[in-house]
Amino acid sequence: MEFAELIKTPRVDGVVLRRPFQPTVEGTLCLTGHHLILSSRQDNTEELWLLHANIDCIEKRFVGTLGTIIVKCKDLRVIQLDIPGMEECLNIASSIEALSTLDSVSLMYPFFYRPMFEVIEDGWNSFLPEDSFKDLESMTDEWRLSDVNQDYCVCASYPPLVAVPKDVDDDTLRKAAAFRHAGRFPVLSYYHKKNGMVMMRSGQPLTGTNGRRCKEDEKLINATLRAGKRGYIIDTRTIAVAQQAKARGGGFESEANYPQWRRIHKAIERSSVLQESLIKLVEACNDQSHNMDRWLSKLEASNWQTHVKEILTTACLAAQCIDREGASVLVHGTEGTDSTLQVTSLAQIILDPTCRTIRGFQALVEREWLQAGHPFQQRCVQSAYGNGSSVKVRCEAPVFLLFLDCVWQILRQFPCSFQFSEHFLVLLFEHAYASQFGTFLGNSAAERAKLKLSQKTVSLWSWVNRPQEAQRLSNPLYEANSLVIWPSVAPQSLLLWEGVFLRWNRSSRCLDEAYEEMVHIIEYNKELQNKVNSLRRQLAELETDDPLQHTE
Amino acid sequence: MVENVRLIDRTVSRKATVGTLYLSATHTIFVENNPETRKETWVLHSLVASVERPPTTPSGSHLVIRTKNFQVLELLVPQERDATDIHASLARLSRPEKYSELYCLSINPTANKEEREESWSFLDLQADYRRMGVPNNLWVGTPANSEYRVCDTYPSELFVPKSATPPVIVGSSKFRSRGRFPVLTYFHQDTLASICRCSQPLSGFSARSQEDEQMMQAIMKANPGSEYIYVVDTRPKLNAMANRAAGKGYENEDHYTNIKLQFIGIENIHVMRNSQQKIIDMGEVKTPSMGDFLWGLESSGWLKHIKAVLDAGVFIAKAVAEEGVSVVVHCSDGWDRTAQACSLASVLLDPYYRTMKGLMLLIERDWVSFGHKFSHRYNHLDGDPKEVSPVIDQFVECVWQLSEQFPCAFEFNERFLIQLRRHVYSCQYGNFLGNSQKERRDMRLRERTYSLWPQLWKDRAQYVNPLYRADHTQTQGMLRPNTTPYCFKMWKGMYNRLEKSAPPRHSPADLLTAVREETQQLEQELTNHQEVAPRGTAHSGTKQEDSSPDEEEADEQQQRRSEDDERNV
Repeated sequence: MEFAELIKTPRVDGVVLRRPFQPTVEGTLCLTGHHLILSSRQDNTEELWLLHANIDCIEKRFVGTLGTIIVKCKDLRVIQLDIPGMEECLNIASSIEALSTLDSVSLMYPFFYRPMFEVIEDGWNSFLPEDSFKDLESMTDEWRLSDVNQDYCVCASYPPLVAVPKDVDDDTLRKAAAFRHAGRFPVLSYYHKKNGMVMMRSGQPLTGTNGRRCKEDEKLINATLRAGKRGYIIDTRTIAVAQQAKARGGGFESEANYPQWRRIHKAIERSSVLQESLIKLVEACNDQSHNMDRWLSKLEASNWQTHVKEILTTACLAAQCIDREGASVLVHGTEGTDSTLQVTSLAQIILDPTCRTIRGFQALVEREWLQAGHPFQQRCVQSAYGNGSSVKVRCEAPVFLLFLDCVWQILRQFPCSFQFSEHFLVLLFEHAYASQFGTFLGNSAAERAKLKLSQKTVSLWSWVNRPQEAQRLSNPLYEANSLVIWPSVAPQSLLLWEGVFLRWNRSSRCLDEAYEEMVHIIEYNKELQNKVNSLRRQLAELETDDPLQHTE
Repeated sequence: MVENVRLIDRTVSRKATVGTLYLSATHTIFVENNPETRKETWVLHSLVASVERPPTTPSGSHLVIRTKNFQVLELLVPQERDATDIHASLARLSRPEKYSELYCLSINPTANKEEREESWSFLDLQADYRRMGVPNNLWVGTPANSEYRVCDTYPSELFVPKSATPPVIVGSSKFRSRGRFPVLTYFHQDTLASICRCSQPLSGFSARSQEDEQMMQAIMKANPGSEYIYVVDTRPKLNAMANRAAGKGYENEDHYTNIKLQFIGIENIHVMRNSQQKIIDMGEVKTPSMGDFLWGLESSGWLKHIKAVLDAGVFIAKAVAEEGVSVVVHCSDGWDRTAQACSLASVLLDPYYRTMKGLMLLIERDWVSFGHKFSHRYNHLDGDPKEVSPVIDQFVECVWQLSEQFPCAFEFNERFLIQLRRHVYSCQYGNFLGNSQKERRDMRLRERTYSLWPQLWKDRAQYVNPLYRADHTQTQGMLRPNTTPYCFKMWKGMYNRLEKSAPPRHSPADLLTAVREETQQLEQELTNHQEVAPRGTAHSGTKQEDSSPDEEEADEQQQRRSEDDERNV
C-alpha cells in the first residue's frame, strides 16, 4: 500500500491553526504519510508537526464553505484547523482519519524514522534480562534464569528469559504455567536486598468452579518462602470479582491448598472502567464553563483520583509486606498484565532507590511493563477522545498512564528523591501513545521480536540516554535517598496531575518560569562551588609550594 | 499539673506518648516522659477553639482540644477528677471575658518601653500613601474624621477627592451604614484610577442623598481618564435587595450619574463560618475515601467562596489597571467582604504588596485601620458566636492560591501566611485587638503591648520564598490569575496539620532556601578570594604582610578575614 493512495489532498494553503494560549498561525497545511504539518513559511514562526498516530479523533464543522477540523490528540491536546473550501476540508479530514487508524504496525512511523542524532548507546541493548540477572546474582544465589519460554510457547506474553527459584525445574514451570491464566506462571519481579524477601507476579490460578489445584504451582511459590515463614498473596481484585472469575475458569488460591500464604484482596478496577474514567476526567478538565460545584462533582464522578488512591494503596501494601513484615509477596489480578504490573512496579519505586534514577526507571519500565507483557499497543490505541466507533474489540485503557500518575504523586511528595523530573513522566506518556521510536510498539516481547523492532526501529532509550536529553529530564533537586519512601495515600495528599490533564487548558508560563528559576538557583550554586573549590585548591597548592620555595 | 497523661496520636496509628500535663497562665503544656526526647507540646490558651470531654472509659477520661489552628490534641487523663478540673480550667482560660486577660496584656510587656514604642513605628501607613502618590492634586487628606467624629470605625486620617467638601463628606456619611462614607484605599499611579471603599447606602426603596451622589461624582472626577465609575457591591444581588427592606441596599443607578453597578456574590459571614466548619470536620474524618473527600470539599462550598473572593479582586484590579476606571467597593458594613476585595485587588495590582513589608502594610491599612472587627470575628473574647467568621482566613488563602499560580511573584512563603493568620487569633501581640482604631487607641495598646510586625520581620529568613527575585517578570506589574475552578486547590498546609506528624518530607522551598544561603556564602568567599588570589600568586610568600599603599583599610580587614577563613577550611 502506498500512503499516497490515502492522501486525497496533500496540500492546502490559507489554513488557520488555532490553539489555546498560543497565537493563531496561518499557513500551508501538508499531509505526509505520517505527519500533519502546518507551516506559515515565515522565519521565526513555529511549525506544527503532528504525528497521525497521535490523533485520537477528529470532528468536522462547516460554516458556508469554510470548514473546520477539530483535531483531538492522544496527548489530550485539542487544536482547530480552519480550512477554506469544503472539498479540501472533507479530503483532509478523510485522509487524516485513514492515516491515523492504520491497521498494520509495520506501516507505523517508527519503521520509517531515521534518527537525526548520533546513537551513542543502542537502547535496545541497554536493559537486557541477562544484565539485570547479573545484579540479582551478586545479591543471592537462590534464583536462576530459565529459558523455558525460549520460543514463547509456554507463555506468549512472557519474555524468553525469566527468573525463577533455583530449585524449581523447567518441567515444573511448564505445569505451573498450564495452571495460570495465559500461561503466566509466577516469576520474580523484585528482590529486596535488605532482607532477601521477594515479590513475584503471575496470572490468576485456573482453579475454576470445582477448585482445581496444581502441586507444581504450589511448589513453585512455596520455594520462595523461608522455613516457617508465611507469604502474602495480593489479589488486585475484590473477593467478589475473584469469585466470579471462577465461573470462567479462573479463580484464586484457596487457603486449603496454599496454607503458607495469606491472601489479601484489593479493589483495582478493570481496564474498561479505567478508560471510562479517563474520558470523564478529560471531559471535565476541558470544560472551562463549569462552576466550582460542577467541577468538583465531575472530578469526583470521574473516579480517576479514586483509582490513583487504590493503586497506590495496594502498592504500599505490597511494599509493606516485604519491608516491614519481612514476607514474600505474590501479586496477581486476572491476566497479570495490568493492575498487577501497576502494583509491582510502584512497590519497587517505594522500596528501591535505583528505580528512582533515570536509568533505573527505564529499566523498571522495560522489565515490569515491556518485558512483562503489558499490551501497550492494545491499551494505547485510543486515548481520552476515543468515541467507541472502532469495530475492534475495545481494549484500550489508561493503565500505564495511571501508573505514571501514581509515580508523579510520589515524586511530588518526595521532590528530592527522584533523579528525573515530571518531564520524563510526561514524555513516557506521550511516547506510549504515539512515537517515532519503536519501544512501545507491539503487545509483548514475542510480537516485538517478530516485528524485528530492534533492527528496524530506534529505541526511545537511545534518545533519552543522550547526555543532553538526560540533562533535560533530570530533577535539579535530586539528592540520592537510599531509604524506602512511604507515600501518603490520604485523599488530600493526592492531587490532580496538572502537567498532563491541565497541560493544554491553561498557560504554564509562570510555572515554567518558576522551574527555570529553580534550575538557575541550583546551577549558579554549583558553578560557584566549582570556582571556590578550584581557588581553594590553588591556594592549597601555593601554600604547600611555599616552604619549598624558601628551602630552594 | 497532672502526671501520667497520654497524648494520643490522632493519625491511624493512635500511638500514645506518656507525659505530664501542665496548665500555665497562658499555655497548656505537655511534656513527654521519655528522658531522651522530652518533647514538649505547647498550646496557647487563646488558640484553643474548644475542649471536649467524651464519655469516660475504663482507661481514663479523654479530653479533646481543638485549636483555632486546626490542630487536635487528644489526651487521656487517668483520674476523672483531674480531667474535670482541666476541662473546667481550660474552658475558662480559653474564653477570656476581658481584654486584660489576653496574652499580650496579661504578660507584662512594659519591660522595655523603648523597644515597644519602636515596634509600633515599624510600619508607617502615611508613608505608604505617599508611596502611591497620595496626597496629590486629585486626592487630599481630610481632617473630617479626627477624633473619630464622623465615623468611629474609620481611621482618623482619610483621603477623599479634592473636590469633596466637608458638607459633602458629612452628608454622604449620614447616608451610609454606620457612617462609612466613600474614602480612598488605593491609588493607581499608572492610570490615575483609584479604589474607594464604603458601606451600603441607606437607600431603602426610594431614599437618596444629594451629598452622597456628589461624593460619587467627585470620585469619578478625581480620575481624569474616565467618564464613569464602577460601584462593586460584593454581595449576592438577592442579599443586597433584601437589605432595601431594612432601609439599606444599594445605589440606584437612576440617581447616580455615570455609575455602573456590579454585584459579585460573596456570601455573608454566617455562610463562610459554616463552610469553614465543614472543611475542618472533613479533616477529622478517619481514613476518608477519595469520594468522601471530594464530596466533602464540594459540599463545604469553601473553594467556591475562595473563588468568589478572588473574582472580586480580579474584577476591581482589571477595572483599575486595564480600563483605567475607578471603583467604589462596598458590601453591607464595608468591613468584611469589602476588606477582602480591596486588599486582594491591591495585591494583584501592586507588586509592593507581594513583599513581606507590603503585605503587612496592606493588612494594617485595609483591615486594621479600616475597622475590620478582629476581636469579634476571631473570637478574642467570649462573645457572640454569630459574630465569628473566617474573613481574613479567606484573604490569606486567596494570596496562597495566587502564590501557587505565580510561584516567583511573592517575597514570602506559605509559612509566613500561616504565621500571620495564627497571630490574628493568638492575641500575643496588640495589633489585632479590638474592633477599630478608636478602640485600640482607647485601650492605649501602643503603650501596653508590642506590635507583631517587627517580630515577623526579624524572623524573615524563615519566611522567604527562594524563587522570589525583585527583578523577575512575575514580580512586575499586575497579576492576571486564572480563576477557572480547576485552578483552586485545597490548602493542605493550612487545614491538614494532622498529616505533619508523619515523617517530614523534603520541601523544595526549604532546600532552595538552603542552597541560596550557601550561594551567598560562596559569593562572599569568592569575592574575598578574588581580592587575594591574584596577588597571592605573585608573591605568595609575603601574603600576610602584603598591602598595597592605595588599598583601603576596609579591604585590608576583609582580606585578613578571608585568609583566616581559608585556614579553617
